[in-house]
Amino acid sequence: MADQDNNSIAFVATEVIPESPPPARETGVVKWLRENLFSSVTNTILTVLALALIYLVLKSTMPWILNGLWTTSSLAECREILDGTTGACFSVLTERWNQLIYGFKYPVEEYWRPNLAFLLMLVAIAPVLFFDLPRKLLIVTALFPFVAFWLIWGGTILAPLIALIGFIVAGAFFQKFGRNNFALGFFGAIVIALAIWSIGGSMIPEGASENALLPAVPSRDLGGFMLNMMLGLTCVSLSVPLGIALALGRQSNMPLIKGICVVFIEFVRGVPLITLLFVASVMLSYFFPPDATVDLFLRVVIMITLFSAAYIAEVVRGGLAALPKGQYEAADSLGLDYPQAMRLIILPQALKISIPGIVNVAVGLFKDTTLVSVISMFDLVGMIRGPILASTEWNGVYWELFGFAAALFFVVCYGISQYSQWLERKLHKGH
Amino acid sequence: MKKSVLFGALTVAGLAAGAAAAGTLDDVKARGKLNCGVTTGLVGFAAPDANGEWEGFDVGVCRAVAAAVLGDPSAVEFVPTTGKTRFTALASGEIDVLARNTTWTFSRDVDLKFTFVGVNYYDGQGFMVPKELGVSSAKELDGATVCIQTGTTTELNLADFFRSNNISYEPVPIETNAEAQQQYLAGACDVYTTDASGLAATRATFEDPAAHVLLPEIISKEPLGPLVRHGDDNWGDVVRWSLNALITAEELGVTSANIEEMAAGTNNPEVNRLLGTEGTLGEMLGLDAGWAKAAIMAGGNYGELFEGNIGESTPIGLARGLNAQWTNGGLIYSPPFR
Repeated sequence: MADQDNNSIAFVATEVIPESPPPARETGVVKWLRENLFSSVTNTILTVLALALIYLVLKSTMPWILNGLWTTSSLAECREILDGTTGACFSVLTERWNQLIYGFKYPVEEYWRPNLAFLLMLVAIAPVLFFDLPRKLLIVTALFPFVAFWLIWGGTILAPLIALIGFIVAGAFFQKFGRNNFALGFFGAIVIALAIWSIGGSMIPEGASENALLPAVPSRDLGGFMLNMMLGLTCVSLSVPLGIALALGRQSNMPLIKGICVVFIEFVRGVPLITLLFVASVMLSYFFPPDATVDLFLRVVIMITLFSAAYIAEVVRGGLAALPKGQYEAADSLGLDYPQAMRLIILPQALKISIPGIVNVAVGLFKDTTLVSVISMFDLVGMIRGPILASTEWNGVYWELFGFAAALFFVVCYGISQYSQWLERKLHKGH
Repeated sequence: MKKSVLFGALTVAGLAAGAAAAGTLDDVKARGKLNCGVTTGLVGFAAPDANGEWEGFDVGVCRAVAAAVLGDPSAVEFVPTTGKTRFTALASGEIDVLARNTTWTFSRDVDLKFTFVGVNYYDGQGFMVPKELGVSSAKELDGATVCIQTGTTTELNLADFFRSNNISYEPVPIETNAEAQQQYLAGACDVYTTDASGLAATRATFEDPAAHVLLPEIISKEPLGPLVRHGDDNWGDVVRWSLNALITAEELGVTSANIEEMAAGTNNPEVNRLLGTEGTLGEMLGLDAGWAKAAIMAGGNYGELFEGNIGESTPIGLARGLNAQWTNGGLIYSPPFR
């Protein structure tokens, strides 16, 4: 038997065959390329075309960027050094860096103030954006507007202090009375805040800003990307709550409130933003006496805020409409009153649905802040279009400047959109 | 509620504005600063430099007025205005004087209720075309696309010129000079038209200025000058004679270099009256005796301002041409100081 067995089986492997690597076409980069770029004939053609396109774009831009000059003092000097070869003249960015970021009139020795305000802003918005952070950080957020105002505009500390006191007292009043009677708490708080501000405002001595710790900087001296950031941040953070209030008002059963909200929303949405800006900068100065004008920055903030609030109101209304009626009825059947039902049941769900829309409006609003350049405010685009391109040294530099502006805006807007996607994933409860 | 408060505030403010119409000269003195409207940026005429200091030919006029009134050429708040906001800024009192290469026209003077106090630059609208187009006269521009700044008199001149010559064109409206340059260089329009000074300045910044020509036709008169609101003649006089002081100074050979010497007294009675060592001209205006001296020292006389900002030694390289003194065959002429 044994013999027979030995003879009938020619070969028996006594050890395990060593593992061989998978076929080259089924692994690593090659596999990825095969599956993603060359999976079919159409795909292959598209890939080749795309590569050719990328090559063409890079071929024409890379020499321009790599050959760029950073240290000359005028466009003429750039052209002299380049002597006909391709190359960008980035020197305008280095030479006018401060003007692009801070505008041309913000005092140089005070640049640390907006810088500090910017850092504080990062701390202040962190707890609003990321819910896992300690809630105590919200104190920073609450104080931030007043501190930032004082840092950027300077002058007497009394003004932001009185504003803060007004808010604190009004908030305390609302806490005490708003629980039982919403209307009393709400309107009482507004009256108290207004009273504190007007009394406090009249108590600030005339020349308080003259010898203040931080020298006062008028709004007209603000500019550059700083102005875009300030307008964007202020208007977004003001228009979201206002927009929610308008959306709720539009759904209200009370005809007066509903009417006001509908008329406001439809009016503002029917008017181009640039018209509102012209009204803010030009028309209003006819009505106010020359020395008692409302600050131009404030006028523009009000107009942009009203504009985007109307849009956000419609986005939120969409979210409210998307909620099943059962949610409203469930809230009622639990015996919750209107504020409680909204705060605990309706709005958390409606706002979650509205996030993409709100972010969309916020990104649009941030880019719209460049429109203020047409009413002769020197935001980033205004600085480029006006003073920088009108200087004898830099007249004629376009791609470098507008490319820089585009890059700055892209960074911010892309960041906002990435955040909103993260937020949607985080809030997704999977039902 | 918000709305009613707003309207209430507007009404009160409107009434207050009507009541508080004191003399501009007193306002400026009380404020200690002159609010001067300038352009948001035009090469050679007004633009802030890398340190944020405004400089330029129009800026020089603002500084001269500030020096005459307040004795300090830096006591100026420059308010940048666009072609669309400039007149409302002046009419609403946001600025005291507008020195923003603004053309003196009938309707602006009469209908918009402004007072042009003089002319600091005689300009005219011209055309610039690429040399390769082979055009030698504006009348050959039939069917051309033309880049044109909106909200300016150039728009109207252009329409008039083409209509009276019975040729057609297609306008490409643009907002600022900088934008126009880029559009023109990119080939979005065949022709760029604006004031000849602007064309020369623009061409000077091109990579290859020789590839572009200015056509010989000047299709309009564009006397550019500072202006103030109607109805305050005292203030109008102050601005008018500050400008005239600069012009007269050049005519009489008073420069920022020799002014100290001349202010000590000369044999020329007009120089003495101008510089306040004789007569009471300053007092009549409601200013110091040394007002004109301060105005001239702010940036030099008219000729020095011209040479320093837009003249042939600068990259803009404008010749004096019409803007030479009348004694040299130009139109710059000031009434006498006596």
